[in-house]
Amino acid sequence: MQTKTQTNLDPAFRWLTLASGLAVLLLVGGILYTLVIGAMPSLKHFGFGFLASQAWDPAFMEFGALSSVYGTLVSTAIGMLIAVPLSLVIALFLVEIAPPVVSRLVGGAIELLAAIPSIIYGMWGLFVFAPFLADYVQPWLAAVAPGFPLFQGPPMGIGMLSAGIILALMILPFITSVTRDVFQMVPAVVKESAYGMGSTTWEVTRKVTIPYGIQGVVGACFLGLGRAIGETMAVTFVIGNRHEISASLFAAGNSIASTLANEFTEASDDLYLAALIELGLVLFVVTLVLQVVARWWLRRTARKMGAVR
Amino acid sequence: MKHRSLFARRSIDMAIRVLSSLAALIGIAMLGWILGTVILKGYSAINWEFFTELPAPPGMPEGGLANAIIGTLLITIMAVLIGVPIGLAAGVWLAEFGQQSKTAEAIRFAANLLMGTPSIIIGVFVYVVMVMTTGNFSGTAGAVSLAIIMLPIVARTAEDMLALVPSALREAALALGVPRWKATLGIVFRAARTGLLTGTLLAIARVSGETAPLLFTALNSPFWPESFNEPTANLTVTIFNYAMSPYDDWQTLAWGASLLIAASVLGTTIMTRGILWYRSR
Repeated sequence: MQTKTQTNLDPAFRWLTLASGLAVLLLVGGILYTLVIGAMPSLKHFGFGFLASQAWDPAFMEFGALSSVYGTLVSTAIGMLIAVPLSLVIALFLVEIAPPVVSRLVGGAIELLAAIPSIIYGMWGLFVFAPFLADYVQPWLAAVAPGFPLFQGPPMGIGMLSAGIILALMILPFITSVTRDVFQMVPAVVKESAYGMGSTTWEVTRKVTIPYGIQGVVGACFLGLGRAIGETMAVTFVIGNRHEISASLFAAGNSIASTLANEFTEASDDLYLAALIELGLVLFVVTLVLQVVARWWLRRTARKMGAVR
Repeated sequence: MKHRSLFARRSIDMAIRVLSSLAALIGIAMLGWILGTVILKGYSAINWEFFTELPAPPGMPEGGLANAIIGTLLITIMAVLIGVPIGLAAGVWLAEFGQQSKTAEAIRFAANLLMGTPSIIIGVFVYVVMVMTTGNFSGTAGAVSLAIIMLPIVARTAEDMLALVPSALREAALALGVPRWKATLGIVFRAARTGLLTGTLLAIARVSGETAPLLFTALNSPFWPESFNEPTANLTVTIFNYAMSPYDDWQTLAWGASLLIAASVLGTTIMTRGILWYRSR
């Protein structure tokens, strides 16, 4: 009797675990489905014009995604422009230059940047970094490049520039750690041959390591991009939350995620809510596409480099 | 190829070395700047009242965030109770049954996508599914959002850790006539214990600092958490609300809460690293 009840549990165990696995699959589909259904009133009302309209006026029920999309793209672009070169040289430092002990400590510290919750970046950005930017960096930028359209307007600290710089800090550890792994995958023999011919460290890096690992680095950048584009709290704290597009990086703006964070609980009207959900849908689809591309690319690269996965 | 003198090549090399060391220094300096700020500003906010009192109206001294601390704990515990068992079960299926099958590959792919989904999107999803249908914000909805974020992390680490257990152990158990579920839960789980624990801890560390998914699910509340069916006070949304307020004493409380959150998240992360490092020796 005892044995019989025991063996009978096995199919149940198998199905239960399978159901949990399928739950993950269903969730991704469920999120997409829910967002489409939730956004339906807005999808029907505004059509594709939603993406091209700059209007955002809850009083007159006019909604368009353009300023949020613009803000998301610009803040992410600033973040990537700063984070990618910085991550590359830090990875270079970790793999080629630092002694092993230093490399481990510095690598650990950089990875700790990834563990800091986004809201802490927000607090620091709003109360410490934005004022610092307004007092020291922005006046300097304006003085160095007078009349340059990106550095116009009063130095408020809060705005696109600070959002971009904080995003850079937040994605830095992700790009650095993947880049470091890619650099470490370069076979030692290849590097040693270059050193043996009398190359300097930089020459080995530029002519051997980087060409060998470039695809992995590109994949790492895609992963960082996916993170930056959906980052919410840190951006919401410092971007200024204004539904207008300005050429200057000193100006306040908004991003898709910051608009959601700020206005979701205030949306009393169905169309307003649907417009916000449609913004969420846009963000979700973009991150899905970025991730699919990044995974496919990294996997292809790993296979090419003969790494076992 | 252009010929360069040895001196020029060495100078360029030196310049790059200096540059990359500087970049690493910048990274560490930023970490120090952020943590230093949080510790300095948060330290002055933390006192006995901070842990025992309800929030006071602005201008009144002696307010605390006791309700938010308890609320965050309760929401996190509930998220763990939902997310970890399902995540572990999914990991078991991937490692023990699914392996290289098409279904397993699809689940892995979906788990990766879910891990990279912005947490605010999870919040919107739970809002539509749980808040719109029931008509009120609730601690349960907050816990479900966090559980959804934990689920793929727990599942993928569990799968990796279970796969590390040598199949000889499973085969030995099965050969003795032990049913599969018992072999998995009693033997394979025990062998992979540390790994499963670290995966779970990492997932907890990841969600305990989350704000975006709670903004419109658990919302926030100035009262003690009494029921999970109503808006529930929590630390991270409190930080957001108080930081955006014009009151100095509320902003100070927000710094105190930031220190508490940062310390617990970083503490858990470092502890997890410590366990892994200790194990790998």
